[in-house]
Amino acid sequence: MDAAAPLPVTIVGGYLGAGKTTLVNHLLRHPDGRRIAVLVNDFGDIAIDADLIDARDGDLIALAGGCVCCSFGSDLLGALERLAELPAPPERLLIETSGVALPGALARTLTLAPRARAAAIVVLADAETLEARLDDRYVGDTVRAQLAEADLVLLNKADLAGPAGIARSRLRLAALAPRARASPCVRAAVPAELVFGIDADGVATRAAPDDRPPFGGPRPAPASHAASAWFASISLELAPRVDVARLAAVLTAPAHGVLRAKGLLRDIDGTPVALQVVGARAEIVASGHADPDRGRLVCIGARGALDGAALRAAIAAAVRTA
Amino acid sequence: MTITIYRARRILTMNPARPEATHVAVRDGRILGAGTLAELQGWGAHRLDERFADRVLMPGFVEGHSHLLEGTQWRFVYVGYFDREDPDGRVWPGARSIDAVVARLAEAARALPAPDAPLVAWGFDPIYFGGRRCERGDLDRVSDTRPVAVLHASMHIINANSPALARAGLLRADIDHPGVPLGADGLPTGELKGPDAMGALAPKVGFDRSVLAGDAQGLRAFARLCVRKGVTTATDLASPLPENAVAMMLEVTGEPDFPTRIVPLLRLQSQPVPDAIARVVALKARSTDRLRLGRLKAVLDGSIQGFSARLRWPGYFNGAPNGLWYLAPEQLQAAYVEALAHGVQVHTHTNGDEATEAALDALQAALARHPARDHRFTLQHCQLADAAQFRRIRALGACVNLFANHHFYWGDQHYQSTVGPERAERMNACATALASGVPLAIHSDAPVTPLGPLFTAWCAIERRTASGRVLGHAERIDRAAALRAITLGAAYTLGLDGEIGSIEAGKQADFAILADDPLEIAADRIREVRVDGVVQGGRVFLAADL
Repeated sequence: MDAAAPLPVTIVGGYLGAGKTTLVNHLLRHPDGRRIAVLVNDFGDIAIDADLIDARDGDLIALAGGCVCCSFGSDLLGALERLAELPAPPERLLIETSGVALPGALARTLTLAPRARAAAIVVLADAETLEARLDDRYVGDTVRAQLAEADLVLLNKADLAGPAGIARSRLRLAALAPRARASPCVRAAVPAELVFGIDADGVATRAAPDDRPPFGGPRPAPASHAASAWFASISLELAPRVDVARLAAVLTAPAHGVLRAKGLLRDIDGTPVALQVVGARAEIVASGHADPDRGRLVCIGARGALDGAALRAAIAAAVRTA
Repeated sequence: MTITIYRARRILTMNPARPEATHVAVRDGRILGAGTLAELQGWGAHRLDERFADRVLMPGFVEGHSHLLEGTQWRFVYVGYFDREDPDGRVWPGARSIDAVVARLAEAARALPAPDAPLVAWGFDPIYFGGRRCERGDLDRVSDTRPVAVLHASMHIINANSPALARAGLLRADIDHPGVPLGADGLPTGELKGPDAMGALAPKVGFDRSVLAGDAQGLRAFARLCVRKGVTTATDLASPLPENAVAMMLEVTGEPDFPTRIVPLLRLQSQPVPDAIARVVALKARSTDRLRLGRLKAVLDGSIQGFSARLRWPGYFNGAPNGLWYLAPEQLQAAYVEALAHGVQVHTHTNGDEATEAALDALQAALARHPARDHRFTLQHCQLADAAQFRRIRALGACVNLFANHHFYWGDQHYQSTVGPERAERMNACATALASGVPLAIHSDAPVTPLGPLFTAWCAIERRTASGRVLGHAERIDRAAALRAITLGAAYTLGLDGEIGSIEAGKQADFAILADDPLEIAADRIREVRVDGVVQGGRVFLAADL
């Protein structure tokens, strides 16, 4: 990774009890080779599962695989500086906010840091209690503001909420967080790529342009909490040149169930680019990874909501290629 | 064992059974009794000390909500609008225009050795300069090479010059933050609002509260200010209390000539509740006479003038959105439950009335689980509480420490923009608190406003704003009540009222030495009462000798 490039930051927010710490532990259990740093600002211990911890040095906890975790109290920018000074600085940063913090405000604070940028805001909601939280006399407006700023909303504890509860939660979300894309999950078990983004290797390893079972291997038995039971990915092969802006518009539209996407493509004028999509947010940057013969695209969505055929049709209809 | 009997022009004891005396007898730093010389001679051989014969003695004042930063920040340059006395007794005249601020900073800059050493100032209050905002160009006039950072009196904003912004990496055009206004050139104007934006710069120019918290010289300076203001017991509300700060405080307050009893509270911030409570319990056992550890502070919301306080309907007068929770109400409740279970007292910052309501709900629920007869949980600031809330506070056995000084410094802003006329007039409702039977203290929140309990008493008696408006006639209290609030009242909120706060047998020999009689001077001049110093634990400290 380019040392001068800003560190991409995923902000994980959500009210108390939504599953933020569970998500952090899940991700640290599945770093998939990423050197992850986690900054925690909750009113409570850094609740990292003990078996993940290699060593502790004051506020800093060293984890297996070169990952680190620390709490930042009121000094986020100072914590970012300390991370940058580590012998092996992190490649991905995840910030777990406090239960009453506004993740959007934290994203704006990151603009004050010279070498970090907010790449995604993921907000967890306890699907079982979300409606009560939204209507709480004290914290309802805080919970609503947290969700309104999300790129992705993870409706956690979907097994407890049941399909009807999930459906009611989605209705409320559609009204108060129209930008956010939502997906149910259980025990915050989600693909790490959903949170951190899909990297170039992740696109390359999905060479086959078909609806393969997610994340390699045969289609799993849908154990109720596994990520594979709730999420699916598809990979598509595209023409050598595509109108990337139009493609981004298709992928960020809510209709096709795309939560995350990564494309390695050549734009219609031949410029090699990487397209990164999280919810309604798309980012297009120059990239050396694009294959001159074909474009590649990987999408992650909720199983059952991500519709590969419809997506292909929409791309064919809307995106100019060459 | 030596007995000293002090003769005074008048001793105002705050003991209703014996409200006045001419003499007070002291042994081993404690009071044998207050009365006439004839009454006190019965204690035996004594030395009669006449040095206060033309002075008035009161119980040493108790500041129930201050911060040691009031002492530490005098290492920086004072540029406030109002005159202010420093720990060495020098009165710094108010800087009444941006030009005056720039001139004072330029003078201070000339005294600094290194050309790139940062210059930090505090107390800046441009709300008195009309609509004119201070911009980085103003402070570039002080120096365009040396970083200059100026902290506002509210402690919620910093103004920086271009070199300071550059040192913090903020002199760039891609900043998108509500606390960092941008100029026509797309660069920050130099105003940094709120803790996040301030935090991006403050440590780069040497203004780091966690470093300042461990500063022994600052603690000594704070204590000198206490002597000048008649304060014998003062809180530090609050600090993370790292071990090095505790060790420093134990050492400095243990110095034989340290003149103040310091009550530091642990701030509940990023540690788990059980750990925080365990730490408070462990600290409590290390308390000494002059360092009283073992209390917890929680901060529930922000500030009213910063629009970060949580207000109930109808919210802010100017339509600003509701403020922020710094803790979730259910986290506060968890802290209360754990604290009650371990006999730890909690002081809770609530500014807005919604935060106050949430704190009362939390306390009610926690008390249902752990009934406690004498918990003395105290709401600090509690500025917007209404009459019904005071009745609830009373019913739950809680105390309040109201921010009387706020009216003078920000009352006009509250009237005009934050909460509007009606609620501005009920802010810090001392009279309602007393009428409801709520134990009352009043405070300065120094350094947010200057330490000085007699000034604080004047604020509660007169309720005048800086522009002269009386903000809420009905909430004014009489001088006896105000003087009680700065002595026994504050002592009660700390659970120290059996030990300090009045001049009576058995209590600590803590006196404020006054050159004027606060009961004889006109009520509207109580803030002018001259303080000579204190007697603390039987030791005499005169401001003139500091």
